[in-house]
Amino acid sequence: MSIYVCVKHVPDSAATITIRDGRQIDETITFLLNPYDENAVEAAVRQKAQETDTEVVAVTLGKAGAENTLRSALAMGADRGLHILTAERQDSMVTARALAAAIRQDGVADIIFTGKAAIDSEGWETQYRLAAVLDLPVVSNVTELSREGQALTVVWEGDAGALQTLKVPLPCVIGASKALNRPRYPTLPDIIKARKKKIRTVDLAALDLGRPAGVLELLDLQPAVENRRAKILAGSPEVAVDELVRLLREEAKVI
Amino acid sequence: MTQKIAILIETKGARVKPAMLGVITAARAQDHVLYGLVADGAGENHRDTLARFGVEKTVNLWGGGAGQKPGEVAPDALARAVVQALDHFQIDIVFGLASTKGKDLLARVAALWDAPLALDCLSVDLDNDIITKTQYSGKTIATFRLSGARRVLGLRPKVFPAAAAPTSGEVLNWRSDVPAGPLEVLSVESGDPDDVALSEADIIIAGGRAMGNGENFQVLKACARALGGVVGASRVAVDSGWVPHTMQVGQTGTTVCPKLYIACGISGAVQHFAGMKTAEVIVAINQDPDAPLMQGCDYGIVGNLFEIVPLLTKALKAPSE
Repeated sequence: MSIYVCVKHVPDSAATITIRDGRQIDETITFLLNPYDENAVEAAVRQKAQETDTEVVAVTLGKAGAENTLRSALAMGADRGLHILTAERQDSMVTARALAAAIRQDGVADIIFTGKAAIDSEGWETQYRLAAVLDLPVVSNVTELSREGQALTVVWEGDAGALQTLKVPLPCVIGASKALNRPRYPTLPDIIKARKKKIRTVDLAALDLGRPAGVLELLDLQPAVENRRAKILAGSPEVAVDELVRLLREEAKVI
Repeated sequence: MTQKIAILIETKGARVKPAMLGVITAARAQDHVLYGLVADGAGENHRDTLARFGVEKTVNLWGGGAGQKPGEVAPDALARAVVQALDHFQIDIVFGLASTKGKDLLARVAALWDAPLALDCLSVDLDNDIITKTQYSGKTIATFRLSGARRVLGLRPKVFPAAAAPTSGEVLNWRSDVPAGPLEVLSVESGDPDDVALSEADIIIAGGRAMGNGENFQVLKACARALGGVVGASRVAVDSGWVPHTMQVGQTGTTVCPKLYIACGISGAVQHFAGMKTAEVIVAINQDPDAPLMQGCDYGIVGNLFEIVPLLTKALKAPSE
């Protein structure tokens, strides 16, 4: 089987975000493998355990530093990497087309795993666009998955406990939820082995992407400002609680 | 030609979801005709509610009458049916609720259309096709313009206020004839119809590390009942197996926007905060006065949640003076 997993190199959510020129962020902070993509890599690697003669290829569209994220995926058990090199951040419409073109050029996918969203762009859409370009079925927010022959049985979650169990024929695209699995922590031997695994690099400009029918154009980026009262209520627990209820009713008017 | 805007109307049980009314309000603009697309076949029942907020045309996607239960249609077939209706009615702009199901459907429509998509918007300027939304784990606000013949927008639940703008409404029965597949529905769980989705709740009380185990969440449940709210949890509580993943608030859980968010024994790590920072009022109850949420809240009580929360429940139930 040939499994591709799309991964993204994103800022650590604990890092301080500094905005330059009203549109870019300072990238000298820690970047790492997007959390949902960890679940995607784990799902891909588990398929290998089920079926011998399975190759897992980690794919990313990113700047040079994104190689680190590919190495993380390789340390988790991906066999080789595919790096689409770009000098600038790209939006989801370009990203999906680039991933599709690179994967098509590389081989024939049986399953393509992605995370359900990237924590930096918060777009929630790349997996759907990727599937549309490749004309493959897609299910995202997947919380359970099993394979029987040439089809997957997946559960995806809606709101307030709503679930659907679907049968998905291969080839397909799957967007992993955090609940899908518990991603493994690579051991030191895994990390060392990962350094020797192959990563092939292709320039974004060398891929034939066609032209998306529209653009989501970034106009401005501002820090989100927090302006909370931070009123700490003093006194005994009873006194503090009574004051809280009074404030919620009379000052904040939320109850 | 008069501009048309379609709104994907989410229903729950027999009614239009309350959170939809803010979305409809945000989608209103001069000279635009609003089409509300309904997938439960009960357009006749929804028409008056929708018309009160400005929707002139309520469209039954599966024709009138009983129709199919929306939960039993595969998501790819639903998206194709929506696109077929949009193309038939010549509608190029789609609004929806950025609920979990809404985000899926809107992304599928945008992908089928190859059109720009803005999900989880915090503001919309329809005249200029400009929206704002968060990026970078909720730490920044990004302003985007959608350019293209077609645009798709999903609005964050509870952010947009609802305001009535009554118009006359009619029901149109559109018979979708998209073939089923390739996704096949094997089974469906609708969830409790009375359960409010975390992302749409007005009041949330959430527990974190200090909860200690799953049973202790009963303390929060009692308070939630007194408040008329729902219970949430931080990642620690979910990872420890105390509560299901569906209760998780935060970056890798659900983003919420309630009027009131009470965080009990939650330190307020960036990832959690990203999921609840747009709450109107934040209350923090924690033994640690230096917990990040103590600075990031509106009102805080330093104390043991197992002492404070039951007192809160009691005070809420007492008749107010």
